[in-house]
Order: sequence, then structure tokens, then C-alpha cells
Amino acid sequence: MSASVIDFESVQVEDVSRRFGRRRALSHVSVTAHAGDVIALLGPNGAGKSTLLAILSTLLSVSAGRVCYGTRTAAEHGDDLRAQIGLLGHDMFLYGDLTARENLTFFATLYGLDQVASRVDAALDYARLRDRGDDRVAGFSRGMRQRLALERALIHTPTLVLLDEPFTGLDEESAGVLAQRLDALRLSGAIIIMATHDFEYADRVATRAVCLSDGRVQPIEAGGGTLRDRYRRTLQAGRS
Amino acid sequence: MRRTLRTAWRIARKDVVIEARSRELVYTTLFFSVACVLIFAFGLVRDGHAPEEASPAILWATIVFAGTLALGRTFERERESETLRALLLAPSERAAVYLGKLAGLLLLMAGVEITVLLLVGLLFSAPLLRAPWLLAGLLATGTLGFACVGTLFAAMLMRARSRDVLLPVVLFPIVIPVVIAGVRGTAAIFAAEADLPTALMWLGMLVFFDAVFVTLALWTFGPVMSEG
Repeated sequence: MSASVIDFESVQVEDVSRRFGRRRALSHVSVTAHAGDVIALLGPNGAGKSTLLAILSTLLSVSAGRVCYGTRTAAEHGDDLRAQIGLLGHDMFLYGDLTARENLTFFATLYGLDQVASRVDAALDYARLRDRGDDRVAGFSRGMRQRLALERALIHTPTLVLLDEPFTGLDEESAGVLAQRLDALRLSGAIIIMATHDFEYADRVATRAVCLSDGRVQPIEAGGGTLRDRYRRTLQAGRS
Repeated sequence: MRRTLRTAWRIARKDVVIEARSRELVYTTLFFSVACVLIFAFGLVRDGHAPEEASPAILWATIVFAGTLALGRTFERERESETLRALLLAPSERAAVYLGKLAGLLLLMAGVEITVLLLVGLLFSAPLLRAPWLLAGLLATGTLGFACVGTLFAAMLMRARSRDVLLPVVLFPIVIPVVIAGVRGTAAIFAAEADLPTALMWLGMLVFFDAVFVTLALWTFGPVMSEG
């Protein structure tokens, strides 16, 4: 890669607040993630999960507080930091008029990667789209686009992987493959933070869960039960 | 710097590939431009003669309106699947994204301008070959001045609900000096008694505007886009 290599083993969100005009999206949020962590960001719609992911990806600046990648903030790291961040957004970030192969090739070259052709082939294999690689993305189903979008986000093997609803639109088999892929990433030392409403897979994949409600972190209830049960108890405790 | 230019080139090339495949912008802007020039021709040409001073205004009005049409659609394409966010995540200066989108737009506008220029020459008997390099310089610098401000504003307004209305409202007042310089410079070339020193003076003005606008746009694009 042409970008100089930046390495960090933790991400610290320190007392971060973010406002959009008069609306408060995040309020004094603090979260720390280490290499090998898979953090499930839970919370109702509009809780601030996507905002937090956008801030972590450097697409959005904070109104107060700071985010450290290792020991330095994004501004201190500079542009090269983004070579270590992979974001799968709520939207796919794919060009419908380009083929799957062209999309992956474009983003691989944008990241200054070497051996682009073999990386793209490997990504198409992971997405199980090798035979549809030369078809335009506009003709893909939601699930196929989601699989391709995930590989687009991972093509530069980022240290920090940010996923917004990664299981949405996937059939059971694809969701299972994604869960395995996340396991492999975790074992390779990536830091994974995913916003999700899929409690079954979050329970299976995540090493830790963080609940956001109304822009604030709510400590997840300890005790028995599934992640869904604990999440419900957390929200009820927050309301009462 | 090299990395920035490389990233910009890749983004521009991607835009060209997409446009070559969909031909959406080329057809839309070309159709609009040809229709615009023809309407002026039907209204102004009498007995095969057009008013002498009409052609520079028609040329620039068509370029500006066709350019505004192209600007909106260029960024609409990046909005549909939020791909602009993916571009902004590339590990290079965010100005590279701006330069890439600007280069793609300039290529498109160059194609449109060649067609418009030929039509204006044909229908309004404009002396296109009187000072071809000076005319090319005026068009190139004028288009750059218009497109560099337009690209910045189109990117800024991408998430605004009424962006199609807002873009011309905020863009036209800023680019008025560019349009005036373009029209006056072209008029000096097309006049019965060509005044090339005056055209050269307006070209100098356009170079100055371009330097100011491009610098400001490169400086503000990154911070503006990261504020979401």
C-alpha cells in the first residue's frame, strides 16, 4: 500500500457528544474497544448508533469529547488513518452502473492496494459472487449487494471494522457465513463494532454489547437470559 | 500530492466509465444545450442574419445552464447509494474527491461546449476561428471557474432536500464575475472589429478568479464534508 502503515490496538471514545443543530444525537458517550473485540451496538431507532459509527469512521466530527485510535486522535493520525478503517454503512456504498468486479477494483485502487486482481477475486469468493462478478450491481438482489458491500468494506483488511446492520437482507446461510467471517476477523485481531437489531447473531458473534438509548450509553443488565432479554430489561430500567 | 492526484484521476475515470455506460448526463446536457441554442436562433435570426452581439451571451448562457444541470446529476449519482461517503473514507486528502468530481464534470462540459460552439458558429455566424486559442482559453478558464464553485456547492447541498432549487440560487451570484468576464471576453473576439487586448484582459481576470476559487474550494471541501 502507498499509505504509511498506522497500527493501533484500541479505540477509545471519550465523553463524546454530537449535536445536529438543536437536536442531541449523542451525549457524553464513552466506549473502549480493543483488538479482538466484537462490540454489538444495540438500541432503538434513532438512539445514535449510526452517528457513533460515522464519528468512529471519521466521516463526522464530534461536538465535544474525543476519539482516540491507539493513543492519537484522527486529526493527529492524518489521512492515512482511514486506510485502517472499513465501514459498511446502512446504504451499500456501491455503484449500480459498475460490475461487482469493477466496484471492488475501484475501491482497492482507491486504497492504493497492490495485487488488486487477486484481492478482488478473493473478495468475490468470500461474497460468493465469483460467477456474477462481471454483472452490474444494479441487477443484484439486496442480499447479494449486502455481501458485496461487506467485501468492499474489508478489501483493504482494516484494523477497525464498523458495520451498520450487517445482517439486514441476508438469508440464513449468508448470515451464517457473515458470522464466521466476523469470527475470523476477530481472531486476526481486528476491532469490530457493529450496530444491529439482530439479537440472535449479536449474541453469537459479539464479545460485548453496548446499549445506546436517546444518545446515552445504558449499561447492559447483568444476569441470566439471552442478549435480547437483557437488552429489554436495560431499556425498561432506563425508562423507569 | 501525487497520491491526491492519483486518487482524483481514479474518481474521474470511474465517473467517465459510468457515464459511458449510462450516457444519462451526456444525452441530457446535449439535448438541453442544442434546444437552448435553437430556441435563441428561432427568436433572433432574421433573414439569415443574427444580431452581432447575441452570440457570446447565447454561448455562455447555454454553458452555464447546461453545467448546472450536469452538476446536480453528477452528485445525485453519488447520493443514491451514499457512495460519496465511501470516497471520503479513502486514505488521501479529501480534496482528491473534489478534484476527481471536478475533472469528471470538466470533461463532460468540454464535450458539450464543443457542440454548442459549433452550433453558435453555424447559426449565428460567429467568427470562431478569428482568435481560436484566445477563445479556447476563455472557455477553458470560464468553465473551470464555474465548475469549481459549482462542484463545491453541489457536494455541500447533496443532503439538502431542496438541493435542485438551492444550487442555482447559491451558485449564480458567486459565478456572476466569471460569466461577465467570459461574455465580455468572447464579445471582444466576436466583434466586427476584434479587440484582442480586451479579450486578453478578460482572460487574465478569469485566471485570477480561477486561482481564488480553486484555492478556496480545495481549502474548504474537507472541513465542509466532515461536518456531515
